[in-house]
Amino acid sequence: MSSFAGESQRFTKQMISKRNSPERIADQGFFWLTLVMAASVALLLIWIGLQIFTAAFPAISTYGLGFLTSTTWNPVSNVYGLLPQIYGTLVSALVALLIAVPLGVGVAVFLSEDFIPYTLRDAISMGIELIAAIPSVVLGLWGIFVFVPFMRPFYTFLNSTLGWIPLFAGSPRGFSLLTLSLVLSVMIMPIIISISRGTLNQLPPELRLGAMALGATRWETILRVLIPAGLSGIIGSVMLALGRAMGETMVAAMLVGNANRLSASLLDPGSTIASLIASQFAEAGRVQVQVLMYAGLVLMFMTLVINIVAEMIIKKFQNIE
Amino acid sequence: MTQASQDSSSDAMLEKLKTKPGSTKELFNKFMTGLTAFFTVAILIPLVAVVFDVAREGVGQLGLNVFTERPPAPGLTGGGFGNAIVGTLITLGIASLIAIPIGVLAAIYLSEFGRGTKVAYGIRFAANVLTGVPAILAGLFSYSIVVINFGGFSAFAGGVALSVLMIPIVMRTTEEGLKLVPRGMRDASLAVGATQFQTIAKVVVPAALPTIATAVTLAVARAGGEAAPLLFTALNNNFWSFDPGRPIATLPVLIYFFSIIPYRPQQQLAWTAALVLLGIILIVSVTSRFLTRQKQF
Repeated sequence: MSSFAGESQRFTKQMISKRNSPERIADQGFFWLTLVMAASVALLLIWIGLQIFTAAFPAISTYGLGFLTSTTWNPVSNVYGLLPQIYGTLVSALVALLIAVPLGVGVAVFLSEDFIPYTLRDAISMGIELIAAIPSVVLGLWGIFVFVPFMRPFYTFLNSTLGWIPLFAGSPRGFSLLTLSLVLSVMIMPIIISISRGTLNQLPPELRLGAMALGATRWETILRVLIPAGLSGIIGSVMLALGRAMGETMVAAMLVGNANRLSASLLDPGSTIASLIASQFAEAGRVQVQVLMYAGLVLMFMTLVINIVAEMIIKKFQNIE
Repeated sequence: MTQASQDSSSDAMLEKLKTKPGSTKELFNKFMTGLTAFFTVAILIPLVAVVFDVAREGVGQLGLNVFTERPPAPGLTGGGFGNAIVGTLITLGIASLIAIPIGVLAAIYLSEFGRGTKVAYGIRFAANVLTGVPAILAGLFSYSIVVINFGGFSAFAGGVALSVLMIPIVMRTTEEGLKLVPRGMRDASLAVGATQFQTIAKVVVPAALPTIATAVTLAVARAGGEAAPLLFTALNNNFWSFDPGRPIATLPVLIYFFSIIPYRPQQQLAWTAALVLLGIILIVSVTSRFLTRQKQF
């Protein structure tokens, strides 16, 4: 019996060694090729960071951390500060979230319930995906010539009735942080909806049945059981959307007004890190390029932290599932 | 008889359990349903408005000449953006040449060799984070490598920047396609004596080819609409150029520059270019979605 096993093992070994070496080399070589390519995708992320860091290094050593808290931007005398842009990036993205989160989660709930037939829901979610497919430069063009003129009377009204609140002070001309936020909220809504809807659809049906059996109405079930159960997925989607809003470039460059100022009013023009880089880089001199690289590094750090946390939240949820 | 009475009594019980019409709960339910239905309709308004406005503003100038001519001098009318369409195709071609091999081979590793390993998990995680890196940073990356070291602004530098955006999309979508290939097909191939390389190259990849095509289409559609990474890599060019080593015009960058200059004819051209770009991207997105859907059923 044992000799038979030995015999068969020897036979297998013979068969394996019989495989001519070109085939084995191809197998091994192919494995390593795919591994190197896969690793390069991960390394690309690190490479981008390192490359931008290296290019920004002269500016980092000259301007230090004071760059992040100073407000002057003067390429002529080489004095640079990024605070207005950091402020603009954060405020425009947060205001966009303020609009997009309630709407997005509401729509995600509506589409994950059976209020309307499946085919209609499918058609609507396809329309929502198409919003994400619109090139941002086309949204920017539309913003400049259609949306800003359309919104101007509303801004004037807002300014004249609520102007005593610093948020709506100033003299509105249309291109402003609020305009940017409104368009950004449209752009990030598809992310929130698709991930939140996916999360709500994946919840175990027992949750709904249990709540219903206890006598909860449909909306009690949604608000007290389903949304809390899917909260991590929803939070993950919101953070991804935040990262996307902060990094959005063309819409920002075209609609925010590109003014280097720090104003409490949402109706005033401002600028974001991305819009600053987009509008100044092509004509920048050597020092200014280094400074803009530094600004890019700041943006990369901000979006990277947010994206990593978002992915971890979503991953964690999927693992539990 | 008894059956019927039982039915009617249970019906009565069910009736008792139902929320009373006009109660606060009932009103709240109706209100929330109405509100979210309103949201759902409301968020589709921007899509309709943008498509409608771009079509209305852009269709006037749409003619054969916009595809065959180059842009006019500032302030002059006529002309087109044929050079920008060619430029978009060239930069996308370069980006695809870089991104497709890397993305597909990386996906093969994730699906065929590294399934369930920590390495694959890390790579997938990095790719997801890479998807969220702002497009303009891909431009800075390509600038600091290609533009600085290899003779200035060029279509090639633009292609490198766009490939950064395409790689994670190609990889993740291809991986999904490879995973759908039944395990039995691999086992059958190995059982008749094929090596692993032969199995992947002649069985698994051909079976997943439709999804790989979708992956490439999605990535091209995403990269084709991006202006930010091209602003200081491919730059812009008012003339015809087919040289990957020189600055080149692209549709998104042309739309950007023509929308921020105060000349009416150029703005008009920007609308028409937006119509062409939006048309291509929406058609591609809708088709690829239908293709993948058929695959799933």
